[in-house]
Amino acid sequence: MLLEGQQRIPSGCAISGVIDRSGKGMSGDVMIRSISVMHDRSNGLGGGFAGYGIYPDYRDFYAFHLFYDDTFAKTNTEEYLGRHFEIAYASEIQTRKIPEITDEPLIYRYFVSPLSRKLESSHLDEAEYVVRCVNKINTYINGAYVFSSGKNMGIFKAVGFPEDVGRFYRLDEYSGYSWTCHGRYPTNTPGWWGGAHPFGLLDFSIVHNGEISSYDANRRYIEMFGYKCNLQTDTEVITYIFDYLVRRKKLTLEEAAHVVAPSFWSTISRKGAAEQEQETLLRKMFSSLLVTGPFSVILGYTGGLMALGDRLKLRSTVVAEKGDKAYIASEESAIRVIEPELDKVWAPAGGEPVIFELYGGRK
Amino acid sequence: MSDTLFMYPEYEVVRDYDKCIACRVCERQCANEVHSYDPDLKKMLADSTKCVNCHRCVCLCPTHALKIVKSDDTYKINGNWNNQTINEVYRQAGTGGVLLSSMGTPKPYPVYWDKMLVNASQVTNPSIDPLREPMETAVYLGKKNAKIERDEKGKLKDTLPPQLKLSVPVMFSAMSYGSISYNAHESLARAAEELGIYYNTGEGGLHKDFYKYGKNTIVQVASGRFGVFKDYLETAAAIEIKMGQGAKPGIGGHLPGSKITDAVSTTRMIPKGVDAISPAPHHDIYSIEDLRQLVYSLKEATGYKKPVIVKIAAVHNCAAIASGIARSGADIIAIDGFRGGTGAAPTRIRDNVGIPIELALASVDTRLREEGIRDNVSIVAAGSVRSAADLVKAIALGADACYIGTAALLSLGCHLCRSCHQGKCNWGIATQVPELVKRLNPEVGYKRLVNLVTAWKHELQEMMGGMGINSVEALRGNRLMLRGIGLTEKELSVLGIRHAGE
Amino acid sequence: MKRIYVEEKWCLGCHLCEYECAYANSGIADMVKALKGKDIFPRIQVEDGEGVHFAVNCRHCSDPICVKSCIAGALSREEDGMVIIDQDKCVGCYTCVMVCPYGAIMPAEGGKVAQKCMLCTDNQMNGEPNCVKNCPNRAIVFEERG
Repeated sequence: MLLEGQQRIPSGCAISGVIDRSGKGMSGDVMIRSISVMHDRSNGLGGGFAGYGIYPDYRDFYAFHLFYDDTFAKTNTEEYLGRHFEIAYASEIQTRKIPEITDEPLIYRYFVSPLSRKLESSHLDEAEYVVRCVNKINTYINGAYVFSSGKNMGIFKAVGFPEDVGRFYRLDEYSGYSWTCHGRYPTNTPGWWGGAHPFGLLDFSIVHNGEISSYDANRRYIEMFGYKCNLQTDTEVITYIFDYLVRRKKLTLEEAAHVVAPSFWSTISRKGAAEQEQETLLRKMFSSLLVTGPFSVILGYTGGLMALGDRLKLRSTVVAEKGDKAYIASEESAIRVIEPELDKVWAPAGGEPVIFELYGGRK
Repeated sequence: MSDTLFMYPEYEVVRDYDKCIACRVCERQCANEVHSYDPDLKKMLADSTKCVNCHRCVCLCPTHALKIVKSDDTYKINGNWNNQTINEVYRQAGTGGVLLSSMGTPKPYPVYWDKMLVNASQVTNPSIDPLREPMETAVYLGKKNAKIERDEKGKLKDTLPPQLKLSVPVMFSAMSYGSISYNAHESLARAAEELGIYYNTGEGGLHKDFYKYGKNTIVQVASGRFGVFKDYLETAAAIEIKMGQGAKPGIGGHLPGSKITDAVSTTRMIPKGVDAISPAPHHDIYSIEDLRQLVYSLKEATGYKKPVIVKIAAVHNCAAIASGIARSGADIIAIDGFRGGTGAAPTRIRDNVGIPIELALASVDTRLREEGIRDNVSIVAAGSVRSAADLVKAIALGADACYIGTAALLSLGCHLCRSCHQGKCNWGIATQVPELVKRLNPEVGYKRLVNLVTAWKHELQEMMGGMGINSVEALRGNRLMLRGIGLTEKELSVLGIRHAGE
Repeated sequence: MKRIYVEEKWCLGCHLCEYECAYANSGIADMVKALKGKDIFPRIQVEDGEGVHFAVNCRHCSDPICVKSCIAGALSREEDGMVIIDQDKCVGCYTCVMVCPYGAIMPAEGGKVAQKCMLCTDNQMNGEPNCVKNCPNRAIVFEERG
């Protein structure tokens, strides 16, 4: 049977996210409890988490999380990393052996910083340099896969139910100001850890529920700009779209949301002149990045979370606030289980981005 | 033996005398003088040797007493030399001339549209009902590779080069006034205006009466430069440089003097009654850098306010050519496949030169993406887009929009008799004979064109909805929505699609 | 009132309207049975000239001279403006045929009475003029014009 990346595997899912806007840390346990009530939205074939602010001691280094099939892949990768980065610290990621999680690959973490000489001669900005190195490893080194590459954040994922994945990675021992998580219901049994979600690129991480119908239009477009959709998943392509629009084209998150889930032309025509002009322009400029079909995503980034659903609202999303904390989840129950008393709960409209950021904005 | 050998007609007029009431409508409506009334016999007669099988008489016969059938006269059956091949030799032996044909090639080349199947949503995502939800078919054609710039308030500046807005991704192909009639042009122009799309003048200039449709008009600049002047360029919504035509790649146009009437002569700015022959190449374009100069000349002439389209015939290396065009400053590339129509072309060229639009479109789209320059241009596919299904497949392969020519003419009454070059079109389309031209009432014609495109729009919406796509922009280049059926590995790889079942 | 108008510009001179008229007024459901082998006496007739064709039928004049000239009271003008003929009253004097400036009234088959276009209100077409319906170029239209 073909593995993840060799074919396209649709999946249904559960997603959840939380942020403490005051920047206070929360244990990963909060997310484990949230996602576990949506157990039936996953089928044990993939789960994962992203935590932000979890590596304060290494905040200036890119934290690479890697899966290796074997030590051969590890040797090759470390050789490659050594040629391109200064490695501040490297170790195996500590896990808890539990019967629910099996067949684990080698899982390593590296805190790295680009070698200045290499970076200079590449004529790239630092972020682009890192992205290209990550792509190189994922595309060319057999049996090695970088699944997290941002600063002061980390992605943890595996084949299994998400609550088991959380326990496996001992997330109760990490503290972060924001967390997202994902439980997967693939319509196939890829059995590969790299295929679980969140999907990350630098500090962007995406958890996604749905199956987009625009996939190949989006993929073939975004691949023009140096991205390679190795996994053939929606999550991967949506991450690249946001990276392209926000990091490379310097659009705001709201503008990027108007590209990905734009208002219908008929809705735009009823808006004020200024909005009409901006939204029309975005649709004209980036028409191939419009995403159709059901999706509900949480985009995690340094200092914030954004919830965005497709414009027909074909997947459910609930958001809520309680004091400094803000919550996003597929189902309200996943929020209530960790915070029964909420100040405010609402369901955003299709295509309406909801952004929660640390006080003082993005960092 | 005489110069002209009798050849039994390919088609025969069959009259059901039990039904014929001898009203003589067939006789009056046949410009080829097939039908006649014999007062002695009190019967209608037919001379099938003159019949072009245009079905005008069949359609107008009030008692449906007429039909045209394939003749069963045959030379000795021969797998190599079929009747038509033999007859063409006889004809050429008699005349010494190049054989002429009209409309797209009738040869049974593979039609790849018919070898691709479209996807639909089941379970893992929902299909969308276009009757209940918005289903967007509007597209903008033009360059998308603008820089992001902001004003002092941080608002995005509109840095996009000029765009063409289409309410539905269909336009009417270039068909010149001269090759088709005034009334056909009026029908196309009015339909384009009502539909919010564009029609194309072809290389015949723009009749002064049609300047009022300028905002829905694409004017063509072809190798003959017929009818090109300041007002012509300024009136248009876009300008198309015609480098080639799918039906006759590598050669120019030929409008016989008999079609150059007073009005055609004035519009084309050429002498009346003299053959209008446009050169095979543009004599100021012998390479790609020359094309760039013409593109920018036209942009300079019109203040950079109009998109420039470069139309090429689908030929073997069209991907490389398109790559050059995408860097020439052109805003849109139109690719015309070899099954596309023509008002007149040498038969051998029409039937043997060029490649199918499906393969050309797929390879051009792939190539431009590989080079990262797909945003430099929009792609318009042409050359036998016959239905909304072909349209859907073309867009999924990578087209931004399609040109339709033959389908548009069919909706005006054309029955594909492929005799346009004879100038006696019984349907009033490919003719300049006033008596025949008036047979196409634009009031009827434009409505039928509007109906056709509206119907296709509904079908496009239905098929998009089935795929769970509610904007045609998300269908463009979405090749996962296609699967091949009965195609070889190589064909699949050129089309960039998988086989059904994969 | 809705009247039949003919656009000379679009009339092809195909004469189909004449046959459709004859059929409509034949009282026979099948066109072949109605017209085969017969001479026709249509109420609409196409005038052909050098490159000009024009189908002519009753204009339903607002001040119809035919009505004034009818000696038998067979022609009259309805309240809605339609000019009708009552063939039971017609004595076949043909004064109307002679006075009609358009030549739109003519002797009926058999030559005993006059006939004219009744807008298909008196036949199997139930008021949907058959010449209009079957004109291949929409040269004949049935519409309200001030």
